[in-house]
Amino acid sequence: MNVINKAQTNTATKNPCKLCSPFGASLVFKGIRGTIPILHGSQGCSTYIRRYFISHFREPVDIASSNFVEETSIFGGEKNLCEALENVNKQYNPEVIGVATTCLSETIGDDVPLFLNDFLKKKGAEPFPDIIFVSTPSYSGTHMDGFHAAVRSIVEYYSRSRQTESSASLISQAGKSVAVFPNFVSPEDIRHLKQIILDFGMKFVFVPDYSDTLDGATWDKYKKIPEGGTPKDDLLVLQKISSVIEFGDSLDGKDSAGKFLGSEFGSKRYGLGLPVGIDLTDNFLNSLEIISGRKTPDKYIAQRGRLVDAYCDAHKYLFGKKAVVFGEEDMVMSIARFLCEIGMIPVLCASGAKGDKMREISQQLFLEYKNEIIVRTKADFVDIEEESEVLNPDLLIGNSKGYSLSRKLGIPLVRVGFPIHDRFGASRISHLCYKGTQELFDRIVNAVIAKKQSESVAGYTYM
Amino acid sequence: MKNEKKIEPDGEVLVEDILAKYPPKVAKKRNKSIVFNDPSKDQPIQSNVRTIPGIITQRGCCYAGCKGVVLGPTRDIINLTHGPIGCGFYSWLTRRNQTRPGPKGDNYMPYCFSTDMQDDNIVFGGEKKLKEAIQEAYDIFHPKAIGIFATCPVGLIGDDIHSVAKEMKEKLGINIFGFSCEGYKGVSQSAGHHIANNQIFKHVVGLDDKKKKGKFLINLLGEYNIGGDAFLIEDLFERCGLTLVSTFSGNSSVEQFANCHTADLNLVMCHRSINYVADMMEKKFGIPWMKINFIGANASAVSLRLIGRYFEDEELSQRIEKVIKEEMPAVEAARKEVMPHTKDKLAMIFVGGSRAHHYQELFAEIGMRTIAAGYEFAHKDDYEGRKVLPDLKVDADSRNIEELVVEKDPERYKLRKTSEELKKLRESGVEMKEYDGMMPEMVNNSVVIDDISQHETEMLIAEYKPAVFCAGIKEKYTVQKRGVPMKQLHSYDYGGPFAVFKGAVNFYREMDRTINSKVWGLIKPPWDSVPEITATFVLE
Ligand code: SF4
Ligand code: SF4
Repeated sequence: MNVINKAQTNTATKNPCKLCSPFGASLVFKGIRGTIPILHGSQGCSTYIRRYFISHFREPVDIASSNFVEETSIFGGEKNLCEALENVNKQYNPEVIGVATTCLSETIGDDVPLFLNDFLKKKGAEPFPDIIFVSTPSYSGTHMDGFHAAVRSIVEYYSRSRQTESSASLISQAGKSVAVFPNFVSPEDIRHLKQIILDFGMKFVFVPDYSDTLDGATWDKYKKIPEGGTPKDDLLVLQKISSVIEFGDSLDGKDSAGKFLGSEFGSKRYGLGLPVGIDLTDNFLNSLEIISGRKTPDKYIAQRGRLVDAYCDAHKYLFGKKAVVFGEEDMVMSIARFLCEIGMIPVLCASGAKGDKMREISQQLFLEYKNEIIVRTKADFVDIEEESEVLNPDLLIGNSKGYSLSRKLGIPLVRVGFPIHDRFGASRISHLCYKGTQELFDRIVNAVIAKKQSESVAGYTYM
Repeated sequence: MKNEKKIEPDGEVLVEDILAKYPPKVAKKRNKSIVFNDPSKDQPIQSNVRTIPGIITQRGCCYAGCKGVVLGPTRDIINLTHGPIGCGFYSWLTRRNQTRPGPKGDNYMPYCFSTDMQDDNIVFGGEKKLKEAIQEAYDIFHPKAIGIFATCPVGLIGDDIHSVAKEMKEKLGINIFGFSCEGYKGVSQSAGHHIANNQIFKHVVGLDDKKKKGKFLINLLGEYNIGGDAFLIEDLFERCGLTLVSTFSGNSSVEQFANCHTADLNLVMCHRSINYVADMMEKKFGIPWMKINFIGANASAVSLRLIGRYFEDEELSQRIEKVIKEEMPAVEAARKEVMPHTKDKLAMIFVGGSRAHHYQELFAEIGMRTIAAGYEFAHKDDYEGRKVLPDLKVDADSRNIEELVVEKDPERYKLRKTSEELKKLRESGVEMKEYDGMMPEMVNNSVVIDDISQHETEMLIAEYKPAVFCAGIKEKYTVQKRGVPMKQLHSYDYGGPFAVFKGAVNFYREMDRTINSKVWGLIKPPWDSVPEITATFVLE
């Protein structure tokens, strides 16, 4: 037995397991302080994308649009884009405007960088927010491609910008700093990662950091743009930071932001899998030890100890249990490795992405654990369902879109990733490092126990 | 936040404050969409115009209105999105329209079908992929009908979805038709409603002449069964002895659309989204329509009575009175119970193309005043009444939406009421084909704003501090961040039903709980409130 790789078999996509690129770009822009995104295209894309953000994060999310109409689609969107820039600036007074394309403006071939150039030229000396552009045609990628492209655009933009006085002073007092490109994780995950780095005595620059903007407190006064996000001054020092941690196996060998900093400024790039489980978290903390020159703080050693202890105690519930994992490629891969670690079998790993890395990592997992794994790339939920009917899994791990399958098969769905719009508290779901894994682990164990309990004829209260 | 009442603001100052934040050209344009209502005057309001680029709107696109709103609630048609993945993903089972397929009925509503166009489809065209996708959907599900929905890129690369539909219809022998509802058409989802109306009328209405049994055959148009509203209405009709042929489109099936032309009266609930079909059915088949409203207990009673009088049948009217009498005690009891907590409080409603009007009824019934309201995608007639229709200018954005030329059906046209009879009905207060719009029914000095922006919302809330703000999910958390309760009227916050009598009771109680929850009082931490003594010091 081996790893079985299957690509897309059907022509049409039914119940997709991916979102579109400008979604990912908008998410990244939400993690930069004082930023309003503009999607260059018809207003429908912005409205739909905002709606999706809001139903998951339950926070205000403003995304503007250049509002194409029929004639814009024919004659091009320059005028509309300039108008949108002016209006967003006047109303929101942002520090940054993030411009991402949609399928429409990509299809008509709008040369947005040229438009922006001309626009700024016309502005002359008049101050205007920074404009960061990213091209996000959805017909050539998923939301994660949009996400990574936006991270790279932001990093490129600021490492090529001139230092400001405040950023220069930041550099001199920076001491040990690390740049972190955390991938698509929850606001709670970002907060946890930040705390860990602080505990190693270091400063950080996260791209993005939406831990406050997409999970904030109530307001005493109206805020046009929610507080939080990585400030511009921090972004300006990126090029001086010698170590970069970039999460996500899929970025390996790609033109990522981390790779850019490496090749342009000689930063050392630590490309790590999202730290779910013992092994991957050990890797992450090891890297921090190297970067900071400090030992892992006791607090984390204690967390690791408790997690391993829990693994041992719950092993009786989990060993040999089969799980279907789906969603964003990088999250799927990290969870698959974590599942092998705790004695479960990730019988099916599926993602709507092209997913080259998924195959490679599953192969490694097979060699190490001898588990048979089916890998489905460019998958939709009809594919996942077909496989699941044969595989007979005990558990599904993924986003809310897996609910109908969970209902059909009568097995629990442990919710991770995006979107989670059928449960409360998506922003505060933890997945990462010992502590986040502990929470995820407890949820998995309890899902298995709950199923066993509800199936017990006697109705045991003692499991 | 405490609900400090401030009913009579200085209108001019507020508008000036709102507009000050806009560049001059934008201010000039927005000014026309903001009115301080004076029902004694004919006040024009600008609506159904393009949203200005960069002004964040709550509006969606033409595709959203076509696929999501009108066809979304129809369970037995496969809705196939032709385009890149996002458009289809975002419109996948997000609305709260419910359906009852019955034990053997088809229900494709939980599915999202998309051609998921890739680079090469954009470059070389996507017709081949579309055909394959149709074939695939057919092979898997064997549906009775498939609808194809075009998204923005499709129109530009020149895929001809209609000829693909025709070809596949002939090949597979099921009803297949397309909607050219590219998102850039029109100025909002409203354009999509129109396109959906046209295509359903062209491709489905009239396909089946089988007449349902029953003495009083009606269609309900523009009711989408959010939160199960249509279930309550259906039950009410049955008890009154009315036979519902078809609903556009809550809890609907394509089969029902096919013989809707056999009904004798069309009831129009949401005028904006469905008046096109009502007009076309009248022209082609001779079915008159009347505007009714089943939101609000009083409005429901009035609407039922109008139906009774239209059919001029004593027995029917008596049954209707009996039903109203059965329903009202529970309504009155609930009203009495919540009134002390809701009376004189302020509400704001900015939503849709009819709800911002209809829900004012419910608030009035519990003593609340709707101080500000507006639609997201309505037209001038929904604000000012159909009397403005003859003078309406057709602009470029409306012109690109097809107006079907409809003629009398030579065989099936049947006059339901002679013009004499209609005249008599009108004299007795039963108006056919009329809608007076929202503004005449709002009290003096209420604020009416079309396509309200985030910024304008904020200014209104600061000025009036309403007890509740009603809109959609996109506004929900911005409003609640400031401690103002927010009720979603698109999805009902996954609650409801709110229609007719039982729904009214639900709504009263829900408003009471929403407005008077202790949660809102927790927003300000104790250390933030300035002790009174400090104030005295400052004064001295
Ligand atoms: S057109 Fe493209 S960008 Fe817009 S919603 Fe559809 S897939 Fe996303
Ligand atoms: S691409 Fe067009 S059809 Fe699709 S969501 Fe955007 S505006 Fe609507």
